[in-house]
Amino acid sequence: MGLVHAEEMTLNIGPQHPSTHGVLRLKVKTDGEIISEITPVIGYLHRCFEKHCENLSYEQVIPFTDRCDYIAAMNNSFGYVLAVEKLMDIQVPERVEYIRVIMAEYNRIASHLLALGTFGLDVGAYTPFLYMFRDRERILDLFEITCGARLLYNYMWVGGVSHDLPLGFMEASYRFLDEFEKNINEYHNILSYNKIFIERSADVGIMPKDVAIDYGVTGPNLRGSGVKWDLRKDEPYSIYNRFKFDVPVGTGIMGSVGDCWDRYWVRAEEMQESIKIIRQALDKIPREGNVHEALPKKVRPPKGSIYFRTESPRGDLGYYIISDGTPTPLRVKMRSPAFTALSALSEIATGWMLSDVLVILGSLDIVLGEIDR
Amino acid sequence: MGFLENRFEDNIITAKLDQILSWARSTSAWYFQFGLACCAIEMMATAASRHDLERIGMMPRSSPRQADVMIVAGTVTLKMASRVKLLYDQMADPKYVISMGSCANSGGPYSRQGYHVLKGVDQIIPVDVYVPGCPPRPESLIEGLLKLQDKIRKERPLTKKK
Amino acid sequence: MIINQKVSDILEVKFPGVVILPDEPHNDFIQIHPEKWKEIAKFIKTDSELKFDSCQCITGVDLGIEDGLEVRYNFHSMQLKHKIEIRIAVERKNPSIPSIEQVWRGANWLEREVYDMYGIRFKGHRDLRRMLLPDDWKGWPLRKDYKTPNIYNGMKIPKVRKGWD
Ligand code: SF4
Repeated sequence: MGLVHAEEMTLNIGPQHPSTHGVLRLKVKTDGEIISEITPVIGYLHRCFEKHCENLSYEQVIPFTDRCDYIAAMNNSFGYVLAVEKLMDIQVPERVEYIRVIMAEYNRIASHLLALGTFGLDVGAYTPFLYMFRDRERILDLFEITCGARLLYNYMWVGGVSHDLPLGFMEASYRFLDEFEKNINEYHNILSYNKIFIERSADVGIMPKDVAIDYGVTGPNLRGSGVKWDLRKDEPYSIYNRFKFDVPVGTGIMGSVGDCWDRYWVRAEEMQESIKIIRQALDKIPREGNVHEALPKKVRPPKGSIYFRTESPRGDLGYYIISDGTPTPLRVKMRSPAFTALSALSEIATGWMLSDVLVILGSLDIVLGEIDR
Repeated sequence: MGFLENRFEDNIITAKLDQILSWARSTSAWYFQFGLACCAIEMMATAASRHDLERIGMMPRSSPRQADVMIVAGTVTLKMASRVKLLYDQMADPKYVISMGSCANSGGPYSRQGYHVLKGVDQIIPVDVYVPGCPPRPESLIEGLLKLQDKIRKERPLTKKK
Repeated sequence: MIINQKVSDILEVKFPGVVILPDEPHNDFIQIHPEKWKEIAKFIKTDSELKFDSCQCITGVDLGIEDGLEVRYNFHSMQLKHKIEIRIAVERKNPSIPSIEQVWRGANWLEREVYDMYGIRFKGHRDLRRMLLPDDWKGWPLRKDYKTPNIYNGMKIPKVRKGWD
C-alpha cells in the first residue's frame, strides 16, 4: 500500500441491516476498503431481563430466560433450572435428565442450523439457508408435539419438565436422525466445500487463541481457535458424563486456525456430535417415570449465591443467582457468551476489508437478544 | 394455467379501474424485513422453505424504499423507537404496517417492568393489522398478511372522497 | 474447592491485609479490599500457580437499600482448569473501584455494563460510557431505589397500558 491515501470515512451499519442478525449497530471507520476501526453499539434490544428477574418468582423467570436467547431457548432455561436446582439441592428423576439432554441437544442442532444458514446468507448463498430451514422445521415439529410451542418453550421446570415425551416421539426422533445425518453431507457439498464460500471465509478474520481467551470468548468460537474447551466434557453437568462424544476443534483445514471457516466447521461437526448424544440418550432413557415427581411445592432456595455455567450453542452460559430466602431472587445475572464474542469483534475485524466484516460477524453467531438482554 | 389454456378468443375484461389497481397491489405487497427480536425468527421461518411467503406474492426486501409493508417483528425498545419511526418515514406511500407479536402490540411480557420497552409500536407509527402471539405461529402471520391483503383490496384510491 | 484457600493464602503473603477473612470459614468466594485490586488482578492473571487467564463474568449487586453495592468477579483458568469468585464491596454514595480493563480485555464491556446498570465508576477505564441504555438516560436502573421514569424523549412508558387489561 502507501501509494494511494484515501481519506478516512466513517460508515454506519445498522441498526437495521439484513446482515447484522438483529438490531446491532456498527460504527466503522474505513481507509478506502480497509477497516481501521470498528465499534459495535449495542442495546437496541435491551429488554430489562435482569430487572424482571428481581420482581418475579423463580418459576416465572423461566420464560424470560427463553426469550433472551430465542434461538436456543431450551439450552437457556436448562442452565437456569440447573442453577436453581443446585441452589435448592434438588435431585431430578433419571427420565427427566435424559429428556432434558435430548431436548438441549436437539435445540443445539436447530441453533447451529440457523447459524450456518444465515452465515451462508451473509456470504451470498441463499439455497443452503432454505435447505437448513427445512431440517430446522422438523426439529421444531418434534418440540411442538412435545410441548406445543415452536420457538419459546417454557419446557424446563425447576425439578422437572412440563410434559413427558409424547407417544411416537422416539420413532419420529430416530427417523429424523437417520435422515438428517445424510443431509449433513448434502450441506457439506453445497456449502462447506463450495469454492466461493471457502474463498470468502477461509483465512479471514483470524482469532488467535490468546486473544480469544483474553476476551472470554467461549463455545464454538473458542474451539474454532483450537482450544479444546467444552463444559459438557470438562465440567460435566447434568448427565453429560455418561455419553461418548468428541469435541471438534478448528485445525485450519482450509486456511489458518481460527478463521471464519474453522468456526463454521466446528459448528457443522458439532451437529454430528449432538446426533451421537441424542442417539445414546434415546437408547438409554428409562421407559417409565413421572416427570413431575420432583417438582418442589414452593421454589424458595435458601440464602446464598451460585455461579453456574452450562454449554449453550454459543458458549459458556453462566447464571449468577443470589437468593435471599424469599420466593423472588435478589439478583439474576446472565453471563452471555455472545456478549463476549461480540466484544472481540473490534479486535479481529480491524485490518480486513469492509465486505469481510459481515462474514466475520456471521461466523461469530451472535444473538442480540442475549447480548442486550 | 392448465385447464384454461388455449380455450378462448382474444378477450377483454371490464372492471372498475380502482378494483383492478387494488387487486394488483394487494397481491404483490413486498414486505420490509424488519426483525427485532424473537418474532423475527418466526418471520424468517415463514419466509423460508416450509411456509414460503412468496406464494402469496410477498417478497422480503431489506430496504424501506422498496417495500410496501413493514412487519414490525419483535420488541421495540426506546433506543430503537426513533429508528423505527425513521424507517417508516422512509417508506414510499402507500404503506402499511403489521405489528407482529405481543411485544409490538402492547409490550407483551415486558410491559410491567420494562423500563426500556416501548409499550406498543402503535404509539409511534400507525398499525394496520395486529398479529397476536408470543411468538405468533407462521400460520397466524400468514393470516394477518391475508387480512392485510383484504384490506388493500377494499381500498378505492382513485375514487373521489365524498 | 481447595483453590479458594490456596488463592487467599497466596494473596495474604503477597499483599498482606488485603483479604477480608470471613466470620465462618467457607469455600465459596474471597472477599477483598478494593485498594490494590488492579495489582492483585495482574498478579492472579500471571502467577504460575493461579493463571486465571479468562475473566468470565462481572456482576454488580445491590444488596438492599441499607447495605451497599458489591462487584463480584468470576475468573477461570483455561490452562489449570480451576475457577474462583472474588467479591469487592463498594459504598452506595460515589461508588468507585479500580478497573481491570487493561488486565483482561474482555473486562472492558463487562465493566461498562456494570457501570450502566449500577453507576459504579471503574477508575482507570479508558472508555466508560453507557453500554446498553441510550447515552442520555438518567439513573441506574438495577439499583433497588430506582424509579421507572414515566416519559423518555416524549415517549410515554406507562406501567399498565390502558384498554388491554
Ligand atoms: S412477542 Fe414474544 S416472541 Fe415476539 S418479540 Fe416479544 S417476547 Fe419475543
